[in-house]
Amino acid sequence: MTADTPVLRLADVSRRYSATAPAVLDGLDFALAPGEYVAIMGESGVGKSTLLNIMAGLDRPDTGRIEVDGRDLAGLDDDALTVLRRTHLGFVFQAFHVLPYLTVRDNVALPLDLASRPGAEREARVVEMLEAVGLAGRAGSYPRELSGGETQRVAIARALVHRPRLLLADEPTGNLDPRTATHILALLRGQVHAQGASGVLITHSLAAAQTADRILVLEGGRLSPYAARA
Amino acid sequence: MSATGTVLRAVALARLREQPLRLLATVAAISLGVALATAVFLINAGALNEFGLAARKLVGEADLIVRGSRAGFDESVFVELAGQPGVREASPALELEVAPLGETSALRVLAIDPFRAAWVQPELVAGLAPRLLDLLEPDTIVLSAAAARELGLGAGDRLELRAGTSEYVLKVLDVMPEAAYPQRLGVMDIATAQAAFGRLGLVNRVDLRLEPGADRERLRERLAELLPDGVSAQTPDVERNRAAEVTRAYRVNLNMLAMVALLTGAFLVFSTQALAVLRRRTSLGLMRALGATRGQVELALTAEGAALGAAGAITGVLLGQLIASVALAKLGGDLGGGYFEASSLAAKPQPGILAAFFLIGTAVAALGAWAPARDAARVEPARALKAGDAERAMDRVRPAWPGLLLFGAGAVAAWLPPVGGLPLFGYASVALLLLGGLLLVPAFAARVLALLPRPRKVALGTAVAQLKGSAGLAGVSLAAIIVSFSLMVAMAIMVYSFRESFEHWLNEVLPADVHLRVGSASDTANWSSGDQAIIAATEGVARVRFQRQQPVLFDPARPPVALLAREVGEDGEGLPLVRGADARLPDGAAQAWISEAMVDLHGLEVGETFDLPLAGKTWRMAVAGVWRDYGHTAGAIVVDRAWYIAATGDAAASEGAIWLAPGADVETVIARIRSRFERGETLQVASGSAVKEISMQIFDRAFAVTYLLEAVAVAIGLAGVAFAFSSQALARRAEFGMLRHVGMLRRQVIAMLAGEGAMLGALGVAYGLALGGVLSLVLVYVINRQSFNWSIDLAVPWLQLGALAALLVSAAAVTAMASGRAATSDSAVRAVREDW
Repeated sequence: MTADTPVLRLADVSRRYSATAPAVLDGLDFALAPGEYVAIMGESGVGKSTLLNIMAGLDRPDTGRIEVDGRDLAGLDDDALTVLRRTHLGFVFQAFHVLPYLTVRDNVALPLDLASRPGAEREARVVEMLEAVGLAGRAGSYPRELSGGETQRVAIARALVHRPRLLLADEPTGNLDPRTATHILALLRGQVHAQGASGVLITHSLAAAQTADRILVLEGGRLSPYAARA
Repeated sequence: MSATGTVLRAVALARLREQPLRLLATVAAISLGVALATAVFLINAGALNEFGLAARKLVGEADLIVRGSRAGFDESVFVELAGQPGVREASPALELEVAPLGETSALRVLAIDPFRAAWVQPELVAGLAPRLLDLLEPDTIVLSAAAARELGLGAGDRLELRAGTSEYVLKVLDVMPEAAYPQRLGVMDIATAQAAFGRLGLVNRVDLRLEPGADRERLRERLAELLPDGVSAQTPDVERNRAAEVTRAYRVNLNMLAMVALLTGAFLVFSTQALAVLRRRTSLGLMRALGATRGQVELALTAEGAALGAAGAITGVLLGQLIASVALAKLGGDLGGGYFEASSLAAKPQPGILAAFFLIGTAVAALGAWAPARDAARVEPARALKAGDAERAMDRVRPAWPGLLLFGAGAVAAWLPPVGGLPLFGYASVALLLLGGLLLVPAFAARVLALLPRPRKVALGTAVAQLKGSAGLAGVSLAAIIVSFSLMVAMAIMVYSFRESFEHWLNEVLPADVHLRVGSASDTANWSSGDQAIIAATEGVARVRFQRQQPVLFDPARPPVALLAREVGEDGEGLPLVRGADARLPDGAAQAWISEAMVDLHGLEVGETFDLPLAGKTWRMAVAGVWRDYGHTAGAIVVDRAWYIAATGDAAASEGAIWLAPGADVETVIARIRSRFERGETLQVASGSAVKEISMQIFDRAFAVTYLLEAVAVAIGLAGVAFAFSSQALARRAEFGMLRHVGMLRRQVIAMLAGEGAMLGALGVAYGLALGGVLSLVLVYVINRQSFNWSIDLAVPWLQLGALAALLVSAAAVTAMASGRAATSDSAVRAVREDW
């Protein structure tokens, strides 16, 4: 693996749900360079979920190859894929998905706890991330005490606290008002770059997509540049 | 369709589609609870009906029944009664318990003057009709159908009995039809019985029919002055009630226990409904937003619970009918309690009872569903529709004061006296303590969980955090298991305490090497003075102690008490005394040691005096001590045998105890004693250890049904825990999906759930143990005492409870793991992405 090795590479990936159904992904190629932040747009039902599942190692393609940081996912079993996600990936969901019974601090620390990082490093990283997302004063709060925007910031901090190589974000502003959404998108982009990660943002919104370095459109089972399409 | 129907269809049918297996299991659990309650009630009702029927047949159309002690009173009393103004007919009778050779149970014999009895007990005599005149032949008897069946005899056969220690043979003239009398009975001519059983010139009962318009109460008062000591006239009601009173407490207890299974079913419905409502909060909020009223939502959800209950109840009552038939065939009408022999009992379908239990099962399930329904209907639609509302509902810990209030009320109820001889306040105390205890679970859980440190291991740490965050839900999840387990703990402690006390008591009352009696009935089968001397002189016998036992009608309204004439040492030595006299007893009174039942039922105490009707006289007795007696629920009085012989001239003995000479062999001595008597092989002679062993077997058989009922209640409770876990696991699928996304291994998620299950199970078990411990105090010191009028010492079966607790905690962990396994399947991982 060199410094130029793509963080995520999909080569000739195809996926169909039954023999008679049309392919959801059809010979799809994609490469994400280190530090790159890409938005993927597409209509409902076009296969964005399938693509994200495959990128995260949660679903396997019928054909094709997927590499994360140069590692072929095909040879990994469920445990190895889970460990890969734990160390290399971060996730931000539309519905936040923070644990209601953990404090903000513990929610953010979850990936570090799973990786059994030492206590001092854990504390330092959590403090750093909470400051980065503007929640330094809310470390002891529970999710029920937070607004939607604040909750998504917790999710962003959790997604990046273990310094993953790749962040996958699915409609991270889908449940937020436009003003808060703008803040969150800026924060997300800023933190992806600040933490030295690469990112894939799935969104319906062109405004959201425009915060990315590059915009792709998923259509007919393949990705194409947004600009080229225009 | 009505609005309520629309709500019901929208929220209930969806659930049926989503969780058919869970609903089926809920219905099955309710069905089991209803089945047990129905079965026990049917068996009890059948037995009580039979008691009542038997008593009615014997009482017949008598207006007054004059009764003395079983030993009898002079038959001249009958002549005097027959001549009283207002008396139309008088029928003398001798009621005895006789001992058929080789039988362990006595046979009740009613010896009558057939011609006079026809006026008073026409139904009974009608059963004898074909052979009525033949009954006047010497040494003949007519058996009831039940007696003939159990003794294996028919018309023309010989019935061999013990009279004294001799054999006495009666010819079975005929067998009465089943309808004539439902229990074991033999009917003889009174003159034959008097001659056969040494009761010449004696009767112990005279039935009176009065002239039309005669004032029964005035005649009764007049007779009270006229009748000899120990003989009184009672109305038929008293006679009928006395028969059922002997087993009433046992039956009420059994019914209550059966209701526990039903009650646990109700808490199961509560748990499932509460969790199901929680899961459907958004749908319900939507219904409210679309125009369904609070009442409609509440009604729809309660109806859903009632429908589950009805489905369970209908199968339950049918199953109950089946169980009742099988149990009657295998265990008898007292379910192994040893109170009476099963006879013609059969669980006949009783539509009224079945319908009642169907309604009770349905109502109990509706009640279990009502509380969560009410909660759900009260939530503002806007709040219910907001994401995360279910979590917020789980966080809430209800205040502790209602629980404390109920708990306090339960403690107060435990101190109140029995009502009509039944521990009604005791039962109320158990119910209040149980309910109060349940309401305190969330507060308790919140406090205990707050003390738990969060382990570094991520799976366990997350499990602890989850539990801490949902203490409000602990009460719901654990309701069914806490109810059933605490009651099982209470019952286990009570039964174990009773068993230990009973065993200790047996060692005290059966101290000898060999115990013997002539037969099963002390009225007619006795050791004469000569027999006693033969036994005492038998080679290998070092010491003998004989005892005379006979029933005494101490209070005509109550069952007879047992009078035991035996050697008693200084200060009641040799008796299992609970307290003795520490002051000088009143002059001129003979000493008597009374059982605890005499204290409870007749209000006697140490140092007080009472009148004892015996041998036609009244004797002034002083209570010298109170002893523990598990042999006679109606009460027992011990008097010194030397005093008894002097007072009555009756030197016969019904039981004996033998201490062997050093080196003598028990079996050899028993064989020698048998060889000294006619048909000695049928004498009831056994070693002390054998008698104790048989007694313990009977004890365990009596409680077998108790264990069965409790085990079923715990199984239903465990089902409640399983439903709670699977319901929560389903609700938390998205959470598990997220955890798998961020790198938690599947086995870590399952370990986390197992940890939650084990911790929650341990919490429930610990709480159940504590609550059960409190309930056991009520059972031991209140319900047992007020039901049976004897005390028992508290003893805790630590090993048994420990094993059961470990089993339940493991079961909870395994259940949680199974739920987790289902919820972390591949599709569950995607659950988190339902919005992708």
